[in-house]
Amino acid sequence: MVPTHYYLILGAALFTIGVIGVLTRRNIMIILMSIELMMNAVNINLMAFSDRLQQVTGQVFAIFVITVAAAEAAVGLGIVIAMFKNKETMNINEIDLMKW
Amino acid sequence: MIEALFFLFAAMAVGAAINVLVQKHVLYSALSLIVLLVSMSGLFILLNADFLAVINVIVYAGAIMVLFVFVIMLLNLPEDEDGADRMRWLKFLGIPMGLFLLFMILATLWNAGADAGVQAQMPGSPEAIGRSLFTDYLLPFEVTSLLILIALMGAVVFAKKEL
Repeated sequence: MVPTHYYLILGAALFTIGVIGVLTRRNIMIILMSIELMMNAVNINLMAFSDRLQQVTGQVFAIFVITVAAAEAAVGLGIVIAMFKNKETMNINEIDLMKW
Repeated sequence: MIEALFFLFAAMAVGAAINVLVQKHVLYSALSLIVLLVSMSGLFILLNADFLAVINVIVYAGAIMVLFVFVIMLLNLPEDEDGADRMRWLKFLGIPMGLFLLFMILATLWNAGADAGVQAQMPGSPEAIGRSLFTDYLLPFEVTSLLILIALMGAVVFAKKEL
């Protein structure tokens, strides 16, 4: 049996990789994918505790996380398409209309 | 056996996650993310969450990632010009910050105490999940449907001809 903290360490590592992706890459598609990656890291934690505590609650919450991720992807990609039509770029540094 | 599978899937997941970040072309990143999601599903099966593993492949790898790949193909993106040079220092700041976050999480886990749990058979069947979803979590479930409706309308508005 794999101990629970192995899964937690894996989730922490994946979440950290997602954070590094959001912080370092400037391509908006990569940033959206990094956010999806972070949501998956949260899911693995929920699963690990669901298995550890023998309760189905963690899996129910994971379903909610997947739903929110789907909604986020739909709206995010809609924003990307609208942005690309207006500015012809994927680099978020060039989206500075509201920057002071 | 289960340990070996865990390490296999964990290595696949971490490798694919790093590959998402280092690839120059966005399409390769998206394909790498699909590999990550499949290895995630393997881990879910190891955790007795068979239903969620299937849902993960169908919804994430099957629907969300297809949406991503579709948008990438639709916009016909050029090779990533990520090195916009004036933001080079972000790498030197972002990676240490991320590693610091990992260190903080691991320190918290370390202090959380030893693992001495029960291991029985898991009630992770679709029936148990559905029962829980439609009794204890009925209100969040309905709110989620509202969220999806709003996201649907938002996506349609964003994709209109002129914004």
